[in-house]
Amino acid sequence: MFDHMKAEALLRSRFIARSAATGLALLIAAGSAAADTTVKWLHLEIDPNYLAVWKKIAEKYEAEHPGVKIEMQFLENEAFKAKLPTLLQSSDAPDLFFSWGGGVLKQQLATGTLMDLTEAMKAKDGAWLKSYNPASINGLSFDGKIGAVPYKMGTVSFFYNKQMFAKAGVDAASIKSWDDYLAAVKKLKDAGIVPIAGGGGEKWPIHFYWSYLVMRDGGQKVFDAAKNGQGEGFNDPAIIKAGEQLAELGKLEPFQPGYLGATWPQALGVFGDGKAAMILGFENTAANQRTNSGDAKGLDPDNIGRFAFPAVSGGAGAITDTLGGLNGWAVTKKAPPETLDFLAYLTNAENEGEMAKAGMLIPVAVGAEDGVTNPLMHQAAEQLAHSTWHQNFFDQDLGPSVGRVVNDVSVAIVSGQMRPADGAQQIQEAFEQDQL
Amino acid sequence: MTTISATSLVRARPTVRSSVRSKDPSLARRLPVLLLFLPPALLLFTIFVILPMGEAAWYSLYKWDGYGLPTQFVGMRNFEVLFKNSAFLTALKNNALIIVISILIQIPLAIWLAMMLAHRIAGVVLFRWIFFLPYVLAEVAAGLIWRFVYDGDYGLFASAAHLIGVETPYVLADKDLAIYAVLAVVVWKYFGFHMMLFIAGLQSLDKSVLEAAEIDGASGWQRFRYITLPLLGSTVRLSVFFAVVGSLQLFDLIMPLTGGGPFNATQTMVTFLFNFGVARMQVGLGSAVGVVLFVICVTLAFGYKRIFMRND
Repeated sequence: MFDHMKAEALLRSRFIARSAATGLALLIAAGSAAADTTVKWLHLEIDPNYLAVWKKIAEKYEAEHPGVKIEMQFLENEAFKAKLPTLLQSSDAPDLFFSWGGGVLKQQLATGTLMDLTEAMKAKDGAWLKSYNPASINGLSFDGKIGAVPYKMGTVSFFYNKQMFAKAGVDAASIKSWDDYLAAVKKLKDAGIVPIAGGGGEKWPIHFYWSYLVMRDGGQKVFDAAKNGQGEGFNDPAIIKAGEQLAELGKLEPFQPGYLGATWPQALGVFGDGKAAMILGFENTAANQRTNSGDAKGLDPDNIGRFAFPAVSGGAGAITDTLGGLNGWAVTKKAPPETLDFLAYLTNAENEGEMAKAGMLIPVAVGAEDGVTNPLMHQAAEQLAHSTWHQNFFDQDLGPSVGRVVNDVSVAIVSGQMRPADGAQQIQEAFEQDQL
Repeated sequence: MTTISATSLVRARPTVRSSVRSKDPSLARRLPVLLLFLPPALLLFTIFVILPMGEAAWYSLYKWDGYGLPTQFVGMRNFEVLFKNSAFLTALKNNALIIVISILIQIPLAIWLAMMLAHRIAGVVLFRWIFFLPYVLAEVAAGLIWRFVYDGDYGLFASAAHLIGVETPYVLADKDLAIYAVLAVVVWKYFGFHMMLFIAGLQSLDKSVLEAAEIDGASGWQRFRYITLPLLGSTVRLSVFFAVVGSLQLFDLIMPLTGGGPFNATQTMVTFLFNFGVARMQVGLGSAVGVVLFVICVTLAFGYKRIFMRND
């Protein structure tokens, strides 16, 4: 922490030095033409194809707006999450950055480090506001304030290797319930195939299982009650049951060997290299497995199938309830006004359509839907369009401190390190501590 | 903190002597020098050392997410939570384990190698250089390299296991093995540094004593046990001191290797501070860890100095 403090103090002193330098630069530059504005764009995208699409959009924008420079900055996923709180309060804060919405965005908004976008979006009769799917605006609003510019929606589902399923004699279309799913895992195992690629080292890839089971067992009512501290909270029988089902899956040892140390990119690589038959992943898993596979080609897109997380018999949730992201671009308080203009441009129907066509996302911009041409992405978009309840990722929705405990507990339960009831209690304790 | 205590260690005695001597030259003559040279050092020391320490102690009494200023006073609750947290207790245990391994394995290994490499024979410089190399490597780079070595699918371990026909161990994913994997890297990374200390120590020994012992018919072991080791005493004590303080602050090697996982099995106090304080935005709790770490460091450093290094 001393280092952290030092770093902060250093940043402060650097800021002073830099302001002095800029002051000097301004003096020198005084009289020259319009000052250049740089918009700092912090992201965590690793796919070079996606980055190329962004770059093209940014360059086009720069060409149309002389004097504005878009500077892309990259941070790796975990580093991004860890560094953001410090970064946001430093003079090096980005102007816009990627957000998963949920409790994390809510907290950032409450602390006043972010720009409240409500006014800007509602200006001119809400022309900007109306350009997005209303559900996406709702999902990124807290206490009547819009916290981020909507960017994409997504949903987590199972992706499977068709050849491997055929070899083991498993029919993906018939997996409708959790029991069917466990039976499929057993069948795959018997055929000598690793059923699931899992990223236990980073923990959150495993928390999808727990989240989905909680949604299927308890439904929206139970989760919302727990989230708001009502009733039995996270000790609800349905939530404990979800943990028990997760433990049941874990007992089958469905993951690749060493999954407890594997990162998410490694898990994608395991799936892409044909070393595991399934992965529970984001809508763009087909593209991501390619990037992370050993030969950079991965599985043939025709070899990848997709099915929704199965229902649970007697559960209150429906198979049509979806878990997934709603991502946006948050804007920091001191960002130049050009940031908003650029964001409106980045997420307009034309550009979102382009990105959808590149297989990058399921658009939130009205009129960009037709861009989704990739069949797997199209399936995800369809699923989202008919979603009966769309829930944000638990670890984002519950905020950083409770969210991380959910991740820890999920991995501990699936690997048999923790009893499901203890896990539920631990989350409840973290939640209560957070509320104090 | 290490550097401070290390330098104060070195300076401790001379200052005592100079303060005795400095009584006669008038303060007036020294004042300009003091005014010129003291403020920058004092200012830097205050800004970067004293203030952050005070701030951390203050934050540790609050529940604070790191934004704005802390307002929610919770007294000693952060410390209560801390000492009930099983991951923190594991971290404490791991820190102790690292210290023990450093002293029992790393330092004897370093002495043994130093004994062989302190002589002026052909090729010796090359070996010194090779053994010292891991210490020069950046911690994060070393961690990443070893993560790859330990990798159960593509790593060196996997290939070796394949070659001798046993099942690949996934050491970093095994909560019982991971800490030993980390310890192996720690020893590998730092033994070269201690070896260099001992080589320097050995080279400054008075050769005639050893020669005399040899003439008297002392065996190799006897010479080592009764002459070399006692004469090397101050170097050993310094080496142990560095090992202890370094072990307490171990962080950047572990993050790329395991990040403190699996199941917090490889957490140290500093990785715990990062994972539970910074990543979860519980700055108050993180500060409490910092305070505990500080107290342990200071107690050990000064206690050790008092007891073992009094005559050095």
